[in-house]
Amino acid sequence: MGFKVLSGNGAQAEAARLARVQVIAAYPITPQTTIVEALADMVASGELKAQYVKVESEHSALQVCLSAAALGARTYSATSSQGLLLMHELLHWASGQRTPMVLGVVNRAVAPPWNIGADHADTMSQRDTGWIQFYPESNQEVLDTVLTAYRLVEDPEIRLPAMVTEDAFYLSHTFEPVDVPDPKVVDTFLPPKDARAILRPGVVSRLGSFTGPDHYVDFRHQVAEAMDRVLPKLQEVESEYARRSGRDLGGPLVGYRTEDADAVLLTLGTISTTARGVVDELRSSGQKVGMAKLRVFRPFPVEAVRALARDVSRLGVLDRSFTFGSSGPAASEVRSALYGVPSPPSVTSFLAGIGGRDVGPKDLHRVFQALLSSRSTGPRWMDLETDGGVVVHG
Amino acid sequence: MAKLTIPREELMYSGHAACPGCGPALAMRFLLKGLGPRTVVSVPASCWSVIATPYPTTALGVGMLDNAIEATGASISGLRAAADALGLEDLNVVGFAGDGGTADIGLQSLSGMLERRTDALYVMYDNEAYMNTGVQRSSATPQGAWTTTTPVAGEARGKLEPKKDIMAIVLAHHPVYAATLNPSFPEDFVRKVERARGMRGPRFFHVYAACPPGWRYDSDQTIELGKLATYTGIFPLYEVENGQLRITRRMGQLKPVEDYLAAQGRFRHFSPEEVRQVKEQAEARWADLLAREKATSTPAPVREVPPAGAPAPRPSATT
Repeated sequence: MGFKVLSGNGAQAEAARLARVQVIAAYPITPQTTIVEALADMVASGELKAQYVKVESEHSALQVCLSAAALGARTYSATSSQGLLLMHELLHWASGQRTPMVLGVVNRAVAPPWNIGADHADTMSQRDTGWIQFYPESNQEVLDTVLTAYRLVEDPEIRLPAMVTEDAFYLSHTFEPVDVPDPKVVDTFLPPKDARAILRPGVVSRLGSFTGPDHYVDFRHQVAEAMDRVLPKLQEVESEYARRSGRDLGGPLVGYRTEDADAVLLTLGTISTTARGVVDELRSSGQKVGMAKLRVFRPFPVEAVRALARDVSRLGVLDRSFTFGSSGPAASEVRSALYGVPSPPSVTSFLAGIGGRDVGPKDLHRVFQALLSSRSTGPRWMDLETDGGVVVHG
Repeated sequence: MAKLTIPREELMYSGHAACPGCGPALAMRFLLKGLGPRTVVSVPASCWSVIATPYPTTALGVGMLDNAIEATGASISGLRAAADALGLEDLNVVGFAGDGGTADIGLQSLSGMLERRTDALYVMYDNEAYMNTGVQRSSATPQGAWTTTTPVAGEARGKLEPKKDIMAIVLAHHPVYAATLNPSFPEDFVRKVERARGMRGPRFFHVYAACPPGWRYDSDQTIELGKLATYTGIFPLYEVENGQLRITRRMGQLKPVEDYLAAQGRFRHFSPEEVRQVKEQAEARWADLLAREKATSTPAPVREVPPAGAPAPRPSATT
């Protein structure tokens, strides 16, 4: 197929087309809208043979996909920010009904005040809904992740929903060359969805149901067990994808120059690219630093974080959202993962890029200097600090 | 003896968890008799999510999908989209929701489904309050009725506001078919189900669904009470097809509403003045229906031309 110049949103739509999704339901919201516009064009032109249900809310968008998936269809929807928050109730339905589905989410700040910039508060607020969460860094990774996510979630041992996020505007509206796999390659990697749905015409069945405490705990535990199978299964799926596409996605935690590092910074999403450049600069001036991209936030890759932390004395975790009354959400997960390991590193929580603030190399130099000079737990709101330590507002 | 027009096949089983005399249980039973086994029913949180019995059992002989209380309209849009995508064109897609799940919290989802012209049947079983949670008022509760959130005490006289007119709201969306149904009239009930089954496009049923514990009457009176509801003009039976209204149970003279009201504890506090208001409303409702039937008796121009390539009506075979 070769390269196409695509935005992150274009990559989402292209991946949905390659996955031959059968039912699409969506509601517009900035900055997600161009995904569903692109899909509308694909369906209208006949390029993609799918039922496209134009709904009156994000809540209904997700319900359409849930019910369509219950009959066995492969579904796609996309949303952002407030739209994802409106879906919250049904996010729980999706995992509880063991619905294999993929949702594109453009990470955007949550109101008030209104703000459409990149921020992870929308998806981090869905941490406990039983969804697998991916945080890609580039448009190429968006496309590859959506395709691997379908294969992962439809595996009979998994049957859980997954959201594939993109940072608002930094990915959603930024164009870059994307290697689009040949449809034949994708068809082999991702065959038509297994039609063995629970609901079938003429079959006595019930999906959802109600139970007392006797069975309810088993249902919840089965979701937990499926979530535990995700990371080993992801490794298989990504290996096969790498064989077929030539691109290795790298698993849930992708380290960079972490060997012999004194300090390592964990990042999510687009800040990872900038952080890699800053690591190179600091390494060339003799400072032993590294970084690691947290690609998968749910399930949290506890073992990978422990392995990374084994030879590091200082870990920084850069979050693009904040858990009020605590710290950055990824930072608190990292601390939890490291509890009880022998001589754990210090973990500093950094906040940057909130509400779409640009996080450039200079900002990350400050983060690394702070990390190398202090073992403070934070949280440090980098957006509020200047070089002189003077707090500026606005 | 008249020939029985109701299919013998039972797709709702004994062993269900409904109260004795439950109107919604009868509604489901007759609905499935008319639809047959190639049916999937989407049910929100409501009495029926309990009546269908807990995991791992079911009281239905068809597929049932549970959905969130406000999402039934969207759910049947999704089922239909999947059925079309998977080549299951003969599948009857049905939403079966209470009055709270339809006229209150689910109204947006219902409106969306109707406006999208989803090829599915939406059934509102109207027991006129939140019965599954224990008799709290809904917008479909009749004016003056006692519920646990509209008490009758001191100056308080039950629900202050009139019942929401769900049929008017639905008809404003121009469905291909909308009808009122009452399990006390099973032949009329099943005929309407079979009629709707053969159509394509959005269809809506408003089903009278009596509730002995919620309405405070004896459970062996459900059928009689339902007959009174229609004969008094409280719940007239009619259908609207492409804008044409037809009354399906004609009454020369309405029975006194007192007979209906006096049979139920929820209206026990009614003064003669309150009874008179109900009577006037029933008469006005009946007169309005007669007038609308007359006004639409000649075929009205079709309000919406089906898009090119629209599917033909579904064959009426049951299986």
